[in-house]
Amino acid sequence: MSPYLLLRHRDIPDIDKLEVYCQQGGFIGFKKAVVSMQPEQVTEVVKASGLRGRGGAGFPTGLKWAFMDNNAWPHYVTANADESEPGTFKDREIMEYNPFQFLEGVAIASYAVGANVAYIYLRGEFWQIARQLDWRIAEMKEAGYLGEKIFGTDYALEIYTHLGAGAYICGEETALLESIEGKLGQPRLRPPFPPVYGLYGKPTVVNNVETLTNLPLILERGAEWFRSYGTEKSPGVKIFSLSGCVNRPGNYELPLGTPFRQLIYEHGGGIRDGHAIKAIMPAGASSALIIADEKALDTPMDYENVPSLGAQLGSASVIVIDDSISIDWLIKKTVHFFCHESCGKCTPCREGTFWMKHLTERIHAGQAAWEDVQLLYDVASQMKTKCLCALGEFSIEAVMTGIDRFKDDFIERVGTEQTNIRIDANSKE
Amino acid sequence: MWIDSENDMLTEKYSEEILKILAKYPADQKRSAVMALLFLAQRETGYVTRPVMGEIAEITGTLITDVASIVGFYSLFYDEPGGKYRIQVCTDVSCAMRGAEAFVEELCENLGIGVGETTEDGLVTVEKVMCLAGCDKAPLFQVQTGEGLEYHENQTVEKTLDLIHRWRRNR
Ligand SMILES: Cc1cc2nc3c(=O)[nH]c(=O)nc-3n(C[C@H](O)[C@H](O)[C@H](O)COP(=O)(O)O)c2cc1C
Ligand code: SF4
Ligand code: FES
Repeated sequence: MSPYLLLRHRDIPDIDKLEVYCQQGGFIGFKKAVVSMQPEQVTEVVKASGLRGRGGAGFPTGLKWAFMDNNAWPHYVTANADESEPGTFKDREIMEYNPFQFLEGVAIASYAVGANVAYIYLRGEFWQIARQLDWRIAEMKEAGYLGEKIFGTDYALEIYTHLGAGAYICGEETALLESIEGKLGQPRLRPPFPPVYGLYGKPTVVNNVETLTNLPLILERGAEWFRSYGTEKSPGVKIFSLSGCVNRPGNYELPLGTPFRQLIYEHGGGIRDGHAIKAIMPAGASSALIIADEKALDTPMDYENVPSLGAQLGSASVIVIDDSISIDWLIKKTVHFFCHESCGKCTPCREGTFWMKHLTERIHAGQAAWEDVQLLYDVASQMKTKCLCALGEFSIEAVMTGIDRFKDDFIERVGTEQTNIRIDANSKE
Repeated sequence: MWIDSENDMLTEKYSEEILKILAKYPADQKRSAVMALLFLAQRETGYVTRPVMGEIAEITGTLITDVASIVGFYSLFYDEPGGKYRIQVCTDVSCAMRGAEAFVEELCENLGIGVGETTEDGLVTVEKVMCLAGCDKAPLFQVQTGEGLEYHENQTVEKTLDLIHRWRRNR
């Protein structure tokens, strides 16, 4: 049996072919659900498995499904394949190489919440992947796994792809729904949450690609089996997207709870060019910066332990930073990203990311004094808890932890107050 | 809304594909098709004109201003022409730590253009973009062509120039 649960294509050649996928146990889980289980029983199994959302927030998947409002119909499922967080490239590998396991997961989630239509929302850059998924959906339909009367029951399901067009914010679940509705990708006020008021105002489940890809095996092999991987509170495996200053960047599927050290040194081959590790961003550009000391390297990567380092596991996109990188440069990059991607709907985020961008540029260019670093920190703190969606909050994580935890890099850049001439705010850069 | 019937370009060319796109969404939610129709419209010229936006508005039961604001919001839609091939290099956090910035600069220098500019023959535009979900394969870029979007990963300037030479020969 393949040691992989998600990246099974790595040792099962041609698992992207329907025939091979079926030989490998494909659609046993979906069939079992549709033929022999009530939708609520499927939800119960997923609850018992302890599966938590892999898109960032780590919310228990079965619990989310149980929130679906059964007084309003139809229900929808949407797969979040927006994957735009800098440092994240796992969903893409799943969809390209193990597509049927993902599609079966979409089908299982749909059955569990009584949806007859599911949409896969892919970032526009995944145009090619969307086209391949369309072919595979057609094959599944041909084989009777989709369409009317699935497995001879009354259950009917259609899956459609929907392409975004280059906007990180559309990964936020309510912006994603707006985008499917043909509107600007701007987040909605929550509550109500999508399981109550989602796509076209109907109850909707939004789940990440990796989350969904876990479902076929959970249904086939059971919740207890799933819990044999990972930790008590973070069961299962996770795909860690490793990037930055390591010798072997890439996706690594490992049990939740694997220490950073094992990922970075054993799997990632350590730090390149003989440099020393300096910082880790465990959740892509949205992440707080962790000081990569011995304690951090020994910390298990799971939902309950990463917070002890003042960070979150998020989508587990581990960006490694070595001592050749200065943190003032790094936050200039992350802030640039968030300023570019702010949807502009609320003032704290729109204005705040704009000002942070100017300040980080000036600081990195050495055209600033310590007061500017202080000002940057103040702007960031003022944004805290005032933004409409999490993007605004994400944008200040690296800034505040960067200044707090890597102060020397900033001092080195701006010098002390006395030795630096403060540049007028209106002067040209 | 006034639409010049001579400008029903999309419907004339792609009537079947348009029906397929509309069929994905509930009959009273045609607006959902706006983005797919914009991609369709960009297929040949790489950008969307006002008359075509008007046509998309008509098909989806929206206003031309709605369609125009969608074009403005999403970075993969364009309302003016660029090079035949738009090379969009990721210079975001992870790629920048793996030489992406130097790659863009050297590439542009070789092409005799600045970032964001188009070569004199109108063939290639080079742009910097945000993360493309290929952070382990830097330097990388996507190319927007009439056909769709292609990824080119683990690039060197030589490899990319080779690719551009091939485009030049084939045109
Ligand atoms: C700005 C922003 C971007 C996000 N991008 C993604 C994304 O690309 N993919 C994803 O699955 N979730 C993303 N999320 C999280 C989603 O809002 C949502 O929590 C997730 O899709 C739920 O799925 P899960 O429970 O299976 O994790 C993003 C959230 C925010 C605030
Ligand atoms: S926090 Fe930023 S991205 Fe989120 S709604 Fe406000 S402006 Fe838009
Ligand atoms: S940072 Fe360049 S592809 Fe992700």
